[in-house]
Amino acid sequence: MSCAQTLADYGLRAFGYGERLLPKGDITLCEQIVLIGSGMLWNVYFGLLAVIFGFIFATAIAVARVTGPFWLRWPSELFVFLFRGSPLFIQFFFAYALFSSLPRTGVEINLGLFTLAPHTSWLTKAWLGATIVLFLNTSAYSAEIFTGALRSVPKGDVEAADAFGLSGWSRFRRVLWPTTLRLAWPSYSNEAIFLFHATALIFFSGFPAWRQQGDGLYYANYFAEQTFNPFVSYPIVAGFFILYSLFILMFFGAVSKRLNRHIASPVGRPRLRPLTILGR
Amino acid sequence: MFEFCTDPKTLEGLTWLTCYVTTPKHMNLLWSVFVVFGLLAAVIPPILMLGFAGALARQSKIAPVRMLGLGYTSLVRGVPDIVLFLFFPIFLDQMIEILRHLMICPGDGRAFYQGNEFSVCTEAKMPLGSSAQWVHQTWGFVLAVCAFAFVFGAFTANTLYGALQAVPQPQLETARAFGMTDRQTFWRIQMPQMWIYALPGLSNLWMILLKATPLLFLLGVRDVVYWARELGSMKTQAYEYAHPDWRVYYFGGLLVFYLALTWGSQKVFDRLQARVGRGQATIGATA
Repeated sequence: MSCAQTLADYGLRAFGYGERLLPKGDITLCEQIVLIGSGMLWNVYFGLLAVIFGFIFATAIAVARVTGPFWLRWPSELFVFLFRGSPLFIQFFFAYALFSSLPRTGVEINLGLFTLAPHTSWLTKAWLGATIVLFLNTSAYSAEIFTGALRSVPKGDVEAADAFGLSGWSRFRRVLWPTTLRLAWPSYSNEAIFLFHATALIFFSGFPAWRQQGDGLYYANYFAEQTFNPFVSYPIVAGFFILYSLFILMFFGAVSKRLNRHIASPVGRPRLRPLTILGR
Repeated sequence: MFEFCTDPKTLEGLTWLTCYVTTPKHMNLLWSVFVVFGLLAAVIPPILMLGFAGALARQSKIAPVRMLGLGYTSLVRGVPDIVLFLFFPIFLDQMIEILRHLMICPGDGRAFYQGNEFSVCTEAKMPLGSSAQWVHQTWGFVLAVCAFAFVFGAFTANTLYGALQAVPQPQLETARAFGMTDRQTFWRIQMPQMWIYALPGLSNLWMILLKATPLLFLLGVRDVVYWARELGSMKTQAYEYAHPDWRVYYFGGLLVFYLALTWGSQKVFDRLQARVGRGQATIGATA
């Protein structure tokens, strides 16, 4: 079987298109790369959704923690403590157990137009359930980073904004937020990378792979078990992750450039230090 | 465990619960908590050793050693830890079996990877197929410890390297001016002062290590996650203590357990930070 044929058969296997049966017997290198790459699309899906929504939610939480009223501040503190203080691995297990017990305990979520039954079963599938957990988790970690950055916005910036007559939303939008982002960016890029790394946990914790549609590591593990040879599939998935990390660094580097474009000298600019802290 | 527990089917309410949580199976869950602490105790020495080795390798004067240190730390940080956790134990296991094969049955010239199989001669299996169950479990635990040490050693190496570099250069120059050798400078000046710089990073790593302990489950060790799943799943009337699916409560309990651990650790580290900071001219110590 040619490699092009393999690509056609297994290129989207992780999403349920193409050949139904996974390769068995003599497994070629091409099959391993294609199938693991197909699984990596799931990692991209989880990572992208969690980063995008997490970024928005984390900003809201950070603002609530720094400037919000008391009744908004303490739930935010609690939220960050809960999700940063416990292992993501257990959070997945807990969420899966919780979601799969929903219909039986009769908890009803009324979403207006939608009917209930499909909703609760969707939650037990990785595409929705795991995304929610990952979103909440990264929101907590990012909120911690943004809070620190928001607290260290120079006083002069705020006073200058006041002097210009800016207040409320426009002061936040034009002065506080850009500076916060600039300060938080190096740590936040680390968080993004480790979030992508954390997506590898999903199919090994509570959420089962449905019809053998799993992520990159799921297939790598499958091949390692089939061939008893871990020296091919695991390096492939590791290579994919390193590639992704480089892409993320490039993207964040470009954004960092834009955030810092008004700052004249390269000295003192927050440098992008790749991978200085580890995720969860 | 208690007298009144002999016939669980007749029990109600609180007595039922008392009897339920004191069954031998639940004792396994309690023991597995010690597995978590045992793992933490077992991995700290090798982590610190690997960390120091890596940090010293990175500031070595010999270029190949420096490259080795840099390669080790960069590789581990670029790859998700879970990939390494799955890869490293198999890798180590097979390497040891190959070595044993070459030593014990050298005449046997077989290829180790035949098609879809990995094979060594039966005497070289690790542990031997005839060994008791606990030997297999302990071996699994040892492999897990090695995997944790390998991954977290790299992170520790990075932190310690940064801390060693953060010790003010004039301190080292002064030491040399006093006629200290490189070795003396390292042990008497650089080492004692680096801790204040290393501690924030190390405390962060400790938190991550704590939160990585449930990954033991993936390595086939019967840890808290294993028993929570086992005990929490639905028990039909065929069992002595029948109950519906209680995994939510068991995993909720685990979440609380880990929250307590991280919260307590944070308090300890706050105190420690204040302690090592005494007499140091940093903002944290003087403010």
